[in-house]
Amino acid sequence: MNTSTASLPSYKSPSHTSHRYKALVIGVSAGGLQALASIIPLLPADFPLPIIIVQHRKMLPYDYLAPYLDELSKLSVISAALHAPILPGYVYIAPSGYHLLVERSETLSLSIDAKVNFSIPSIDVLFESAAICYQEHLIGLILTGANSDGSLGLQSINLSHGLSLVQQPETAEFPAMPLAAIEASQIDYIIPLSEIASFLITLVMSK
Amino acid sequence: MIKPLDLQNFEIDHLLEAIFIRYGYDFRDYARASLERKILNRVKSSKMASISELTAKILYEPELFTLFLKDMSVTVTEMFRDPYVFKHIKHSIFQHLKTYSRVNIWHVGCATGEEAYSMAVFLKEEGLLKRTRIYATDYNNYSLDIAKKGSYPLSKMAHYGDNYTLAEGKHELSDYYHVNQDIVTFDPSLKEHITFANHNLMKDQVFAQMHLILCRNVMIYFNPTLQNKVLTLLRKSLVHRGFLILGDKESLEFTDERNTFEQFAENEHIYRLIAQL
Repeated sequence: MNTSTASLPSYKSPSHTSHRYKALVIGVSAGGLQALASIIPLLPADFPLPIIIVQHRKMLPYDYLAPYLDELSKLSVISAALHAPILPGYVYIAPSGYHLLVERSETLSLSIDAKVNFSIPSIDVLFESAAICYQEHLIGLILTGANSDGSLGLQSINLSHGLSLVQQPETAEFPAMPLAAIEASQIDYIIPLSEIASFLITLVMSK
Repeated sequence: MIKPLDLQNFEIDHLLEAIFIRYGYDFRDYARASLERKILNRVKSSKMASISELTAKILYEPELFTLFLKDMSVTVTEMFRDPYVFKHIKHSIFQHLKTYSRVNIWHVGCATGEEAYSMAVFLKEEGLLKRTRIYATDYNNYSLDIAKKGSYPLSKMAHYGDNYTLAEGKHELSDYYHVNQDIVTFDPSLKEHITFANHNLMKDQVFAQMHLILCRNVMIYFNPTLQNKVLTLLRKSLVHRGFLILGDKESLEFTDERNTFEQFAENEHIYRLIAQL
């Protein structure tokens, strides 16, 4: 376990190439708006990985989160649509009231299956399905939150040799979710909020 | 050598093939990710070592298959889900239904029945219930048994009541049920107009001459092949200029039926059959 500044996770990335990772999944709950706003807008338009996000929130007929982040960001932030292919340049946000899953064909699907960890969408559901699709080519990141959703999902990413990242709890508005993730499995990097964007850029964009 | 997760995928193919041959339920064209999650949960909760063990047992134990079907149909349905859709049904579709002396409405994949009772409540308020027959179907008898009772936990009623109000219900939702301890049961006068029946979209045929079909959050579970097949079946079940309502995240765009329907209300995912020459 490391508390890292923007250094490369060499032991999990023997080739040091940006081709190692194919997708980034992010799970966030209470305090998420501010946390996401301090990461996503800092990523460049040519950030090479698609990003898929579950943000816990109440069921609403409209999606405020995607348009809000899209306005601030160089990447296109959109509400995840059924059967959409997962492509770089896009940030997909799980719609409220639906679980968001990744199919093996690298497309998105939605379900209204039972709540997981009292949540729909659930972070575990996204992370576990993404781990099946991307296996060792996946990065999982847990941010601020007041529950423990995502811990098992991050464990699955670890088990399939993907990279696990957690926001440093001291920098989280609600530290419970990062702490639960750290408790549940061996985390590769624990990173202060202000350094997450630069860490990701160094990790996947350095030649 | 085959990777464990690819092996798992092969095992799921094998399980679905076995279920199709043995029981006639065809899950092979279901969206895989959600299915895989449920299968893995079943393997775990039945303390089995692998999906292959589940396959072997399910071939010989119909009770286990019943359990599997139950797993497949656990959804988080609610009364007046997406209240703005019900509001639109009441304000724009009912006036078309009023022109018919007999009205047929089909709730496809009704699960535990909340949507069918919601519809019955609104039909009653608008004086349409007496001439209407609601067909509510699902492939899962376990869900249908709950639906037929029309009894739900009291704890859910506050939320359902909020939805009802947002959908511009005329009274109080509590006017339509009676409470017995922590269970509420909906008025039998609603149920009289609902026929709950087993219908399997994967193998059964066109249902009847429907004026309105609600098929919400059913097709999210299907791959595009099965989606097209089911949409054709629904189209054939509609009367001339009939209405079709899909879920909040579903659309006819990119499907084979995109040109046979017109959009009646874009944001509410309401479609209407185009007149055939």
